[in-house]
Amino acid sequence: MFELLGIPPQALFGQVLLGLINGSFYAVLSLGLAVIFGLLNIVNFAHGALYMMGAFVSWMLLTYVGISFWVALVVSPVIVGGIGMVIERTMLRPLHDLDHLYSLLLTFGTTLVISGLFQNFYGVSGKPYPIPAALTGVVNLGFMFLPIYRAFIILMAVIVCFSTWFLIERTRLGSYLRAATENPEMVGAFGINVPLLVTLTYGFGVALAAFAGVLAAPVYSVNPVMGNDIIIVVFAVIVVGGMGSIMGAILGGFGLGLVEGLTKVFYPEASTTIIFIIMALVLLLKPSGIFGREI
Amino acid sequence: MKKQNIPTTPAQSDHNASGRSRTARHHMIVFGLIAAIIVIAPQFLYPVFVMKLLCFALFAMAFNLMLGFGGLFSFGHAAFFGGAAYAAGHAAKIWGWPPELAIAFAVLVAAVMGAAFGFLAIRSRGIYFAMVTLAFAQMMYFFALQSPITGGEDGLQSIPRNSLFGLIDMSSDKVFYWMVALIFMAGILFIYRVIHSPFGEVLKGIRENEQRMISLGYQVQRYKLVTFIISAALSGLAGGTKALVFHLASLVDTHWTMSGEVVLMSLIGGMGTIFGPIVGAGIVVAMQNYLANLGSLVLIVQGLVFIVCVLVFREGIVGVLAKWLKTRL
Repeated sequence: MFELLGIPPQALFGQVLLGLINGSFYAVLSLGLAVIFGLLNIVNFAHGALYMMGAFVSWMLLTYVGISFWVALVVSPVIVGGIGMVIERTMLRPLHDLDHLYSLLLTFGTTLVISGLFQNFYGVSGKPYPIPAALTGVVNLGFMFLPIYRAFIILMAVIVCFSTWFLIERTRLGSYLRAATENPEMVGAFGINVPLLVTLTYGFGVALAAFAGVLAAPVYSVNPVMGNDIIIVVFAVIVVGGMGSIMGAILGGFGLGLVEGLTKVFYPEASTTIIFIIMALVLLLKPSGIFGREI
Repeated sequence: MKKQNIPTTPAQSDHNASGRSRTARHHMIVFGLIAAIIVIAPQFLYPVFVMKLLCFALFAMAFNLMLGFGGLFSFGHAAFFGGAAYAAGHAAKIWGWPPELAIAFAVLVAAVMGAAFGFLAIRSRGIYFAMVTLAFAQMMYFFALQSPITGGEDGLQSIPRNSLFGLIDMSSDKVFYWMVALIFMAGILFIYRVIHSPFGEVLKGIRENEQRMISLGYQVQRYKLVTFIISAALSGLAGGTKALVFHLASLVDTHWTMSGEVVLMSLIGGMGTIFGPIVGAGIVVAMQNYLANLGSLVLIVQGLVFIVCVLVFREGIVGVLAKWLKTRL
């Protein structure tokens, strides 16, 4: 086998794969944040907690009701998305006309409540979630072994990201959404129910977070703090990709996950900070983000 | 402007000299009250608890200097608080420095960090600024988690206080209390001075209308950076002192939950008020103290307080009080 810069290829490809998996989660999460930010102009701090909730709901469905991973993949995002819509309807809407700072603080408070509740009932230790039977096992690619479930995560993330991009940029519903982003009063005057659109959009963004949570359940242990640190990395991804840019969120998520994976191979000490260092560089060179419009 | 800004008293609310001297007199009364409370508090309360309160109150005031008066919402102030705690701990424990030098070193470290983070963060605005500062603070957290200097998961434990000027032994809580009290008073008087200086007036102008200040020829970015550095340095003063109070600098000090707590303190007390953060810090610290044995319930209660304050109590306690008394506090 060949060697690259003295790194055995198994280790290299292994980390590239891990990087792509982390990148898949970054992409789906930052996509949800970007969708929400685009229409509501708020930074949804609760995204990490809702991601955790998505994983927990699928674990609860399996443990208490015996509902399988495949069903949970749809049901859990629907449930969590519904909870998100309630949050938007009852708490975020009254803050709509205030400084955006308040909605950030509100979602921050919601994060504390949600993770506090789960910690109260389940502690901070992880709950195992089995990989669905159809996706166990590995494939030998010749240069490395590829666990099927990990490939499935990447595939699902790519599908979801592309579908969302298509929905927003290429469909009629998406054009309403983009129009409402630009000028909500005008779109409302044309007879579109903008408040409903806002609620649905928030629910959709939250459902994306929950979807990522369900995908994460079998690879990371399901625990109440799983969303705590990832959310801040995702914030950095958004700053790098460009606030509110759909493409920036997707490419930024996968790209930075990959960079993080490669850093683990070549300079492991920096692997947790590399994304923040890149963020600093982006701020220095192009403050609006790589794909962002000037602000 | 459709958007309602952070509830603050208008920048030019006292035009006439008599109005100014009246509010100034009120503020002097409040400062006198604070000093009196600090003097008698150890008679009734455990000194370490009061010292903790003073450190957090100073931290919250330093944070609020940026948010309430500069309109700069930093979600990463734990980086300066925690970074300074490690710096003071390192200076006192490894180098054996006396407390005044250890704390001065902590302030310096926090100011340098503030300059570096601030230089990059002020390129963004509003909510974006909050995310950037949060991300930098998280970088600092990961650094503290991994670096051998900070002791990783264990943090720096049993940090000695050593002797003030190499003469007065500070290991007794009762003696050290007076040093903390002095630091606190000096800190809040300095913040008060900054707010009421010409610099502070420009700062409020930037908060109200940044474009206008630019067109008037002010170097807005420089003002923001200097404010960031002052706020970081004072947060460092609080953090360094806290490390000596508890003999401990740990990861908790740098985590984003700490950044959230200082926001909560300002919010409860009243963002944009001078004395609000002190009241807010008192409430949050007391709440943590009494709910400590309830575990994760603290999180839930804090979260609920956050939600309630944001939804129905945005002016904060001191903000409401100031309205009743028809003065600025």
